[in-house]
Amino acid sequence: MIVFHVNGKEQRVDVTPDTPLLWVLRETLGLTGSKFGCGEGLCGACTVHIDGRAQRSCITQVGDVQGKKVVTIEGIPENHPVKTAWLAQEASQCGYCQPGQIMSAVALLAQKPRPTDTDIDSAMSGNLCRCGTYGRIRRAIHAASGKASPKGGKRS
Amino acid sequence: MSDVTRMSRRQFMKTSALAAGGLMLACHLPLGRRDAAAAGEGEFAPNAFLRIGTDGSVTIIVNKSEMGQGVYTSLPMLVAEELCCDWKRVTFQASPVAPEYNHTQFGPIMVTGGSTSVRSEWNRLSLAGAAAREMLVAAAAQEWKVETAVCRAENSFVHGPGGRKLDFGSLASKAATLPVPKEPKLKSGRKSLLGTPAKRLDSPAKINGTATFGIDVQAPGMLTAVIARPPVFGGKVKSFDAAKAKAVPGVRDVVAVDAGVAVVADGFWPARKGRELLEIVWDEGEGAQISTPAMREEFARLAATPGVVARKDGDAPGELARAARRFEVDYEVPYLAHATMEPLNCFVDLRSDGCLIRTGSQFQTVDRAAAARAAGLQPEQIIFETTFLGGGFGRRACPASDFVIEAVQVAKAIGKPVKVIRTREDDMRAGFYRPQWHDRVAACLDKKGYPLAWHHRIVGQSIMAGTPFESMIKNGIDDTSVEGAADTPYAIPNLQVELHSPKNLVPVLWWRSVGHSHTAFVMESFLDELAHAAGKDPYQYRRTLLAKHPRHLMVLETAARKAGWGKPLPKGRGRGIAVHESFGSFIAQVAEVSLDSKSQVRVHRVVCAVDCGRVVNPDTIKAQMESGITFGLSAALYGAITLKNGRVEQGNFDDYPLVTMEAMPKVEVYIVPSNEAPGGVGEPGVPPTAPAVANALFAASGARVRSLPLTPDKIRNAKKKG
Repeated sequence: MIVFHVNGKEQRVDVTPDTPLLWVLRETLGLTGSKFGCGEGLCGACTVHIDGRAQRSCITQVGDVQGKKVVTIEGIPENHPVKTAWLAQEASQCGYCQPGQIMSAVALLAQKPRPTDTDIDSAMSGNLCRCGTYGRIRRAIHAASGKASPKGGKRS
Repeated sequence: MSDVTRMSRRQFMKTSALAAGGLMLACHLPLGRRDAAAAGEGEFAPNAFLRIGTDGSVTIIVNKSEMGQGVYTSLPMLVAEELCCDWKRVTFQASPVAPEYNHTQFGPIMVTGGSTSVRSEWNRLSLAGAAAREMLVAAAAQEWKVETAVCRAENSFVHGPGGRKLDFGSLASKAATLPVPKEPKLKSGRKSLLGTPAKRLDSPAKINGTATFGIDVQAPGMLTAVIARPPVFGGKVKSFDAAKAKAVPGVRDVVAVDAGVAVVADGFWPARKGRELLEIVWDEGEGAQISTPAMREEFARLAATPGVVARKDGDAPGELARAARRFEVDYEVPYLAHATMEPLNCFVDLRSDGCLIRTGSQFQTVDRAAAARAAGLQPEQIIFETTFLGGGFGRRACPASDFVIEAVQVAKAIGKPVKVIRTREDDMRAGFYRPQWHDRVAACLDKKGYPLAWHHRIVGQSIMAGTPFESMIKNGIDDTSVEGAADTPYAIPNLQVELHSPKNLVPVLWWRSVGHSHTAFVMESFLDELAHAAGKDPYQYRRTLLAKHPRHLMVLETAARKAGWGKPLPKGRGRGIAVHESFGSFIAQVAEVSLDSKSQVRVHRVVCAVDCGRVVNPDTIKAQMESGITFGLSAALYGAITLKNGRVEQGNFDDYPLVTMEAMPKVEVYIVPSNEAPGGVGEPGVPPTAPAVANALFAASGARVRSLPLTPDKIRNAKKKG
């Protein structure tokens, strides 16, 4: 039995410890907001926060999050400045990569409330978007800059 | 979901509407009469596209797949404009598969493609909205016992004489009893919604994680499968041993299907682990012989021989034979994967008397028919639900219905609901690529330096050949192979375009912008070469040759002006320009690039001017241009699918890279005001990007690279050649 916290709630899952966290979130816990894109940590669609840091859940074994705090897109409040900025900038197109993008952006702003373009490049370049929403994501991050709660959303 | 499986979506909708007591201009025929409904209903009847609840909510049923292009907003805007409803009360719903949702131009199929959604639905949806408005107005007029002429609809209210007003919700039930007007009249005068940047209705679901993509579909008792696929195209399973795979905890079954060997498990991870332990002997067949270098050589040989003539003006070969100086070069582009962020997947719940399929498809009628054949059912017995698509780009409009058929076969074999998921490697290696192309172009110039003759041979696989659309190949010409070249607007008195369509086992498919994705690169790069050879400015050269094409000229001039064409740039930077018409829209782009120390192209800025005719949502148009440019950049800078011993050499984003945030240039989009018929926006942003970048690369470095992607080694070689 692996015990960890997801979006503030304790979860106990009975799966083999080598199962990627992504599939535990999606299939065991029904939290399908985190997406499968590559399975190799190359695209960022599966990005979640583990103890406050943006991580690729597709290459994180669930056994390694024992006792840790995981936040997924479902745990980011609707009124979070990053979500608000995403809406205002109409950042989404197909939308598939956006939960991962948002999780990376929330983590970035929690760490650097006023990121430069270079900071954005370095924090966000592991999150691929086939639709080409990068310009809008950059604008949304700048718009949310200085507004994000220091904790970057509900972490509990 | 089993209730829905048993109940047609149409019945379901009817029931919900009756329960709500609302107006529903739809779904009044019982199950089993869908085809009759199609035959009997007129094209212009406002019927299946909206519902208005007694609470005043407006649900607009969208028959196009949402894959990023914003149809869940732009199509509702068309209805809402004429309905005169409050945009805040509008929601969307994906339509079921039924004849009334068929494409208005592409024959009896429901399909999202060809950048046609807004263009093809503009009239029908406007009329659907107008019909509903007239019925609501008539209902209010009856209520007040006045003439309809003294009533008008605005912002979800009908206003009558003496300041009376009733909201749409309170009129819905009465309106539902009135006859549907046969010839509803469209609003005259100013549009209130069209032309405004209305907020996307699907954005909230897409940013909070609740939007359901095909891969997110869950159902009670559902299993998950991955398929071990042959290593080469055309390969077959000779034999397999599943003992070790079946020993993996969570693996429930291992079954052979046409696509390979499916490992079915409680979830994705055990299925994938099980697949790794399968022992399969493959019959690889002739597919193992395919290699990219050999194919390039074959294409080059073909390019040296006459092909089927697609366009012949004057006598290009004759003029070239007489010319004192001729320019002859070869252009090449590779196979490309669509690489949608959401790998292909499909959910199937197959029962003896019916079937529920939920997937992200652009090609519902075709996929449903294929599923019916695989399941041994009639198409009408299948409920085919369209989820959100995590990118489409043409891949989810596959005449072979590959990802649907394999899921039906797995479901049939195991007798349980199942979702088949492709890993990224499956998605990238199992085929359906933008064809590899080889273009040989020869030209000579007149005394003023403009093209006197242009002889163009195109070599590449036909997308239509071997599909149900093969009949669209006329006189040996698949238009999608030569579009953008055979119909070039440039004033070239002697023009000949020829086509070779070699066949091989590599599956090809339309890829965002289809033939234009290679012809624009060749036309716009070679024209640039000729301009430089003539000692003329590439922008002015194009203007001269497009003098009779005002829409091309307008976007060209706009892009050049906004980009500061001709103004000084920092050392090492160059500008390149390209203009191309596709899917009814006209687009020019100016790219600004430099080379880094490793000879990698760095794109700093792309300025885009677009004339797509009348505008529904300007922000969506801008977003689609940004999107097309990014898509075009990935192809220009990185994209290539290559084969060795029949095996696709790429598998994931490490060897098939996409443009990242860090590599993304600044993009500026300018919409040229236009009252022309609406054009497409999903695809046309792609074609000008690669040539604009390649032309800018030449301007910056002197390297003329005639092969995509523009890799450092090609650039270094081109520089050496000077």
